[in-house]
Amino acid sequence: MFAALPMVLVAYLSLTSWGGLGTPEFVGLENWSRLAGDPVMRRAVWLSLVLTVLNWIVQTPIALLLGVWAAGPQRNRAVLSAIFFLPLLLSSAAIAIIWRALLDPNFGPLAWLGPRLGLGSVDVLGGPTSAFAMIVFVTAWQFIPLHMLLYQGGARQIPASLYEAARIDGAGMLRSFWHITLPQLRHTITTSSVLMVVGSLTYFDTVLILTGGGPGTDTTIVPFLMYRAGFRSWELGYASAIAFTLVVVATVIALLLVRFTGFGSMRSTREGM
Amino acid sequence: MTTTTTRPRAAAAVRPRRSGSSGNRRRPNLLAGAGSLLWLAVVGVPLYALLVATFQRGENYTSDGPLTPPSDPTLDNYATAIENGLLGFVLNTAIVTLAVVVIVVALSATAGYAVVRSRTRWTNGVFRAFLLGLAIPSQAVIIPVYLIIVEMGLYDSLTAIVLPTAAFALPVCMLILVGSMRDISEELYEAMALDGAGSVRTFVQLVVPLSRPGLSTVAVYSALQAWNGFLFPLILTQSHDKRLITMGLFEFQGEYRVDVPGLLTAVVLSTVPLFVVYLVARRSLVAGLMGVGGK
Repeated sequence: MFAALPMVLVAYLSLTSWGGLGTPEFVGLENWSRLAGDPVMRRAVWLSLVLTVLNWIVQTPIALLLGVWAAGPQRNRAVLSAIFFLPLLLSSAAIAIIWRALLDPNFGPLAWLGPRLGLGSVDVLGGPTSAFAMIVFVTAWQFIPLHMLLYQGGARQIPASLYEAARIDGAGMLRSFWHITLPQLRHTITTSSVLMVVGSLTYFDTVLILTGGGPGTDTTIVPFLMYRAGFRSWELGYASAIAFTLVVVATVIALLLVRFTGFGSMRSTREGM
Repeated sequence: MTTTTTRPRAAAAVRPRRSGSSGNRRRPNLLAGAGSLLWLAVVGVPLYALLVATFQRGENYTSDGPLTPPSDPTLDNYATAIENGLLGFVLNTAIVTLAVVVIVVALSATAGYAVVRSRTRWTNGVFRAFLLGLAIPSQAVIIPVYLIIVEMGLYDSLTAIVLPTAAFALPVCMLILVGSMRDISEELYEAMALDGAGSVRTFVQLVVPLSRPGLSTVAVYSALQAWNGFLFPLILTQSHDKRLITMGLFEFQGEYRVDVPGLLTAVVLSTVPLFVVYLVARRSLVAGLMGVGGK
């Protein structure tokens, strides 16, 4: 009900021309042929894929290490974990606004810091590469705490006896991590990766506020392009075609991840996870 | 914030001596300790800069530097933010959040009970459909949602935000609740049945009290979703007096282009209610978020 009806509607709307008011008008494959020839869309798909891969590369190792660390017995762990959690309380809008203010070339701390480091004035969000890098960074800042929690939960479930056995065998900490922690966490890694991939492909609020898709179209990823086509240009039929592409790509990638990592066998190997 | 940045550092300084005696680890994990402190800086410094800025006068904001405490601290920013109608946004958001929580808790509790207790093909099918909803990102179906809301004549009302927000929070909440309701043992149900309790009484007297942890997780999770929601308010409302806090901040950003401390103060104020919830319900919030991906 929740999933199927809107999906069918998206598919149908992608075959129509609709300005937001009145009745959608059936136009067949017009939107799709336009989409296929749209260079902005091609670039947006590329940027979305790059963003997804970069997000995974940046977030997974940090979240994994922090999560495993947070599952340990250190004394200051509780305090630090509580602080690490704070970004989760902030909305995407708040986070994007904070970072935009911090990075503002005229009024932000960066404007203060830049000349003192001998860099002159730095306009991070104005350069194509640096704006994109900042989106990766802000996304990591926002979502690493969530994935850290997942890994913390996963690491807590690893039986302590495995580590004791490893210690008796003379394995050091690095070897224990490599041969016990990582393999035991592989299902958590899959879960977290799927969330990350789907999240990255549909990520939108931060881009809207932080860069507005710019400079130019250098950070116009697919969901933002859909928003712009739909709710700024009011070409909702065309936007539906973009949305449908997005869901299909996200679903295919998620399914591939699940298939290749043996996620399906999760139930039998880790009851109660 | 100032104490939080100094305290853990002090704790880390004594750790090498301490953790050797903790028994769980043979050697102090200096590398991990250093890494966690590095991350503390990544998370803490921006939050600290944010908080410091809110006490800063606009004209001093750039000159004082981002990390030094303000030379001339003031609460004017807070007063200005409130004068500019921030409380109206907060009130709207509170109404929406409350409605979403009530709907989600009521629906997921009863539906979860139905899924756990009756094993007909129909309830199983409904549960599957809910789980399918997990995979559908709201961005992807925002256009049909917009169409449905417009057709229902709800566009630009708070109800327009409540309904889809609740709908998209339901799958995760169902998952959490069904998990916690499955743990209620069969004997308790039988005892209730022997006492002559019908399904309504069983639900009220047995299921609800025993799944309280799950229910509070669900309440906190859906509150978080509603309070921080951005896409639905952005697309389903347009008039100023229907704006929620996230959209209010977004609009402030345009108006406060030059008054960065004022804007950041609005951000801080918008987070205060969630921060209070966090302090009160930290455990169930963390447990709930762990459950989102762990299951």
